[in-house]
Amino acid sequence: MVQPLRDHGAAPARAGRPVYEIAGLSKTYARNQLVALEGVELTLRQGEFVSVVGSSGCGKSTLLKIMAGLIPPTTGRVVLEGQPVLGPRADIGMMFQQATLLPWKTTLENVVLPIGIRQGRAAAAAARARAKALLDLVGLKDFADVYPGELSGGMAQRASICRMLVTEPAVLLLDEPFSALDELTRDFMNMELQRICAETRATAFLVTHSLAEAVILSDRILVMRARPGRVIEEVVIDLPRPRTLEMINTAEFGRYVGHIRDLLGQEAAQ
Amino acid sequence: MTDAVQTTVWVEREALIDRIPRWAAMLGLFLAFVLIWDLVTRAGWVSPIILPTPRETLDDLIFVGQNLLSGDYMLAALWTTTRTAAYAFLISAAIGFSLGVLVGETKFGERAVLPYLVAIDTMPKIAFAPLFIAWLGFGIESKVALAAFIATFPIVVATAAGLSASSENERMLFRTMGAGRMQTLFQLKLPNGLPYIFTGLKIATVGVMAGVITGEFLGGGKGMGALIRQSASQMNTPRVFALILYLSLLGLGLYFLVAWAQRRLVFWNRSGLTGPGAG
Repeated sequence: MVQPLRDHGAAPARAGRPVYEIAGLSKTYARNQLVALEGVELTLRQGEFVSVVGSSGCGKSTLLKIMAGLIPPTTGRVVLEGQPVLGPRADIGMMFQQATLLPWKTTLENVVLPIGIRQGRAAAAAARARAKALLDLVGLKDFADVYPGELSGGMAQRASICRMLVTEPAVLLLDEPFSALDELTRDFMNMELQRICAETRATAFLVTHSLAEAVILSDRILVMRARPGRVIEEVVIDLPRPRTLEMINTAEFGRYVGHIRDLLGQEAAQ
Repeated sequence: MTDAVQTTVWVEREALIDRIPRWAAMLGLFLAFVLIWDLVTRAGWVSPIILPTPRETLDDLIFVGQNLLSGDYMLAALWTTTRTAAYAFLISAAIGFSLGVLVGETKFGERAVLPYLVAIDTMPKIAFAPLFIAWLGFGIESKVALAAFIATFPIVVATAAGLSASSENERMLFRTMGAGRMQTLFQLKLPNGLPYIFTGLKIATVGVMAGVITGEFLGGGKGMGALIRQSASQMNTPRVFALILYLSLLGLGLYFLVAWAQRRLVFWNRSGLTGPGAG
């Protein structure tokens, strides 16, 4: 038997007011009667970092797409900053597995792209100073005028972090952002992400396959299971911040990872 | 020698023929070709009306070259053909691009327009030449129309393919940024499609030249095609060869103009996809 390490829903003390609220969320695909999500309840609080882990097909990508306003839910409340999410919004920042920078635009032009799309060329030009400050924050100051073809994979993802942050979104949705990078770069980028989230007081929601990545970054982890896609447990990670890579070797870290692995393993055994 | 250290040099073994430098290989092949040509014609195995000697051909090349440089009637013919090809290329680019966007960007275009385009494309388009002459007369208009007709289809197909070349991630990114259809088209799909569109334009240059010369063969006029036909009817085979060689320079010029524009515009993608001459 797997014992929950903590009671469900015990929010850490540092979390603030609710930013993103989801209640009674379900998603059914009419085409093949597939229940992708059922009864999902989730509240993201200001400054919180929440991850979701689960096997393929557990609905975590569907959940993220609904939260991004890319697809509609079948039932349930999806509310960001008091406003129902009815489509893509400027206050939702998103990051994908691939950096997806446009190769015909410089790094800086890529970073201000969301501003240009939403508010036009003049606003994009006005945002250049802010974009430069963001590039400085991720250590790409000297690469502002370089084309993405000359950036490494890690640098490209750092630029895409800036592109996500430039609209000052209320929530960051991260879809396995570093899974295409090699392991060393990935560890480094995770520490960078933690620092950037702390400096910008960001509220973040991460989808990942890596249990270690989820534990090192998160305040809470939602463990999901498939058929139907649902949250089976919410694991609160009570490790001190800032987290360091050395923590991976501690017994406590190992217990968290082991606990989540057991939860997911029950499904695999079924 | 009592040297204890053995040094080995790793030698990449290439076949002898692959070790010839490019310039020498090209020149050698050319000289071999001319030598065989010379032997065949000198020995009298082939009638000089069918195949002139290299010497005669060179003389005519020089003659035609002098005529062109002195601004004589051949230059006027070359200019007529150049203008015809240029108009045809611009028209086919404009129509081909527009139809390509219609087919690639709208369901209507894909469902309703594309089948008809494919049906027309499978026809032997040269066969339309008499129709264009009947409709538009013996001036350059009928030649422009035939050449543009032939050259349009590869641009349609390439443009439509280019518009669908953007990745799922890129489309999702634009959706999350709240981009409208026109923004996605102009800021994502078209730039991504440019390498494809240029490939279509390069194929179109070949079609344009074929169309223009066919039109001039069949519809007369004052272009190079008419000169070639005249010389052929006079059994002046060396002149035909010379005119074809100068004409091919026109086709090459058009092709490299497109390749140059591609290098300027698609600066981020200098490799792959683009065929010969893309560098």
